[in-house]
Amino acid sequence: MKISPKTLRGLIAGDRYADRVVPPTGFTAQLTVFVSGAMAFLAVFALALSLASGRLADRWGDELARTATIRIVAPEDQRAIQTTAALQVLTTTPGIAAARALTDEEQQALLAPWFGQDLPLNTLPVPRLIEIEATEQGFDATGLRLRLAAEVPGAVLDDHGRWRAPLVSAANRLRLLGWTVALLIIGAVAAMVTLAANAALAANAQVIAVLRLVGATDSYIANAFVRRFTLRALIGSAVGAVIGAIAVLLMPSGGDTPGFLTGLGFSGAGWLVPLLLPLVCGAVALIATAYAASRALRTLT
Amino acid sequence: MIELENVAYSYGGGELLSDISVKLAPGSFHFLTGPSGAGKTTLLKLCYGALLPTSGRVQVFDRDVRSLERDAVARMRRRVGVVHQDVQFLDHLPVSDNVALPLTVSGRQAEAANGDLTELMAWVGLTERADAMPPELSGGERQRAALARAVIMSPDVVLADEPTGNVDWEMSQRLLTLLVELNKMGKTVLIATHDLSLIRAAKAQVQARVLRISNRRVQLAGADL
Repeated sequence: MKISPKTLRGLIAGDRYADRVVPPTGFTAQLTVFVSGAMAFLAVFALALSLASGRLADRWGDELARTATIRIVAPEDQRAIQTTAALQVLTTTPGIAAARALTDEEQQALLAPWFGQDLPLNTLPVPRLIEIEATEQGFDATGLRLRLAAEVPGAVLDDHGRWRAPLVSAANRLRLLGWTVALLIIGAVAAMVTLAANAALAANAQVIAVLRLVGATDSYIANAFVRRFTLRALIGSAVGAVIGAIAVLLMPSGGDTPGFLTGLGFSGAGWLVPLLLPLVCGAVALIATAYAASRALRTLT
Repeated sequence: MIELENVAYSYGGGELLSDISVKLAPGSFHFLTGPSGAGKTTLLKLCYGALLPTSGRVQVFDRDVRSLERDAVARMRRRVGVVHQDVQFLDHLPVSDNVALPLTVSGRQAEAANGDLTELMAWVGLTERADAMPPELSGGERQRAALARAVIMSPDVVLADEPTGNVDWEMSQRLLTLLVELNKMGKTVLIATHDLSLIRAAKAQVQARVLRISNRRVQLAGADL
């Protein structure tokens, strides 16, 4: 069967006589609807995971790439001089938007989770931290390291790349996995609809033979089946996608902390994905049934 | 109308029919007879494209059946009414819908709504049974419903395979009368039957030719029947 605008119009408008020529099926029809719904529900989660980890990967890749830290590890009496020297170097480095040394209080706050509130910071050789914010273009880390090595011997530049890179690649991998799962689910819908359509075509072999004998064209016969299965997949997956989207919406929010689990959900244009899912399932069912029907009909004279 | 030229057909092992040349002229009335298993049904199936000849040529309405695409075969069948030996209906639809099925599948459903269907149901004597389901029909009723379904599109040719196979003599006479009436309306009729008394009865009503299959070939039977 060829899928042309005309057959699509016919599918949408329907033909109540054509619908009647194939006997109604109760239980198996509900199964098709149920499976489409379950698959759409799962697909919504896979896609939510995929989109969320994609956002996370973008954020980490983007925001964290523009920050860096310098540690000044020097004896007590040199620390202030070297800090000033390092800040001096930074002001003349292209690509750096802002740089400032953290105060004792700020450093204490950073260490508090590990050592407790009343840490006597001045008795410990804690290095001074300088926070760097890069411009959009970023700075040349290697060049900066060389300059610092020459002018501020106690400075160590940490551009966060060491710990950021594996997280970004993990998030990217998770996004890829999410899309793969969604594609597999859609493939499973196609397989399920093909099996169901084949079963229906086999069960209605006598009906098809009679229709063919009285002069029905292949597309007429195929349409009667294609319309049914497309509608079932469309309705089932619409219900499944809506329930899935509501479930995603009801996920507890983790506040501002970005995370894999608390960030799970759709945002902005991402909401189109669960909306489009039933249409994709319907289209997949249409193609699968049309293919199954045309194969079954070819065996008839 | 329908023309077979040196047609042969084999179901795998050995030829069932060979070297058959038959021409059904418009408005003619033919019987096809021969012993059981001689190939009557096969010959009819060749006439409406359900089977393709293993060799030779079958032309229906001046077109080679072999060259027809599937949709063209479907359209050709709308012009050929077939009554099968084992009539099959859509068992979930009432008799009247089954009779109107050829109109439904060719998108002419509207025509069933006007008087034609009622008139046709009355003609085959099934007015009372219009709302019955096909499995509830008796053998004779099934045959008449099949005949009504075969002629509702006003086909040019009516092919009937043992239409009186499982009905009593009186009913077979009624069916024959219906077929003769169709022929008088200008339809080409071909009836496959092994019932010689039916052929004799028909000869009284219509100018019928008798084709007999024997030894895999078709011969025009003489007046000795």
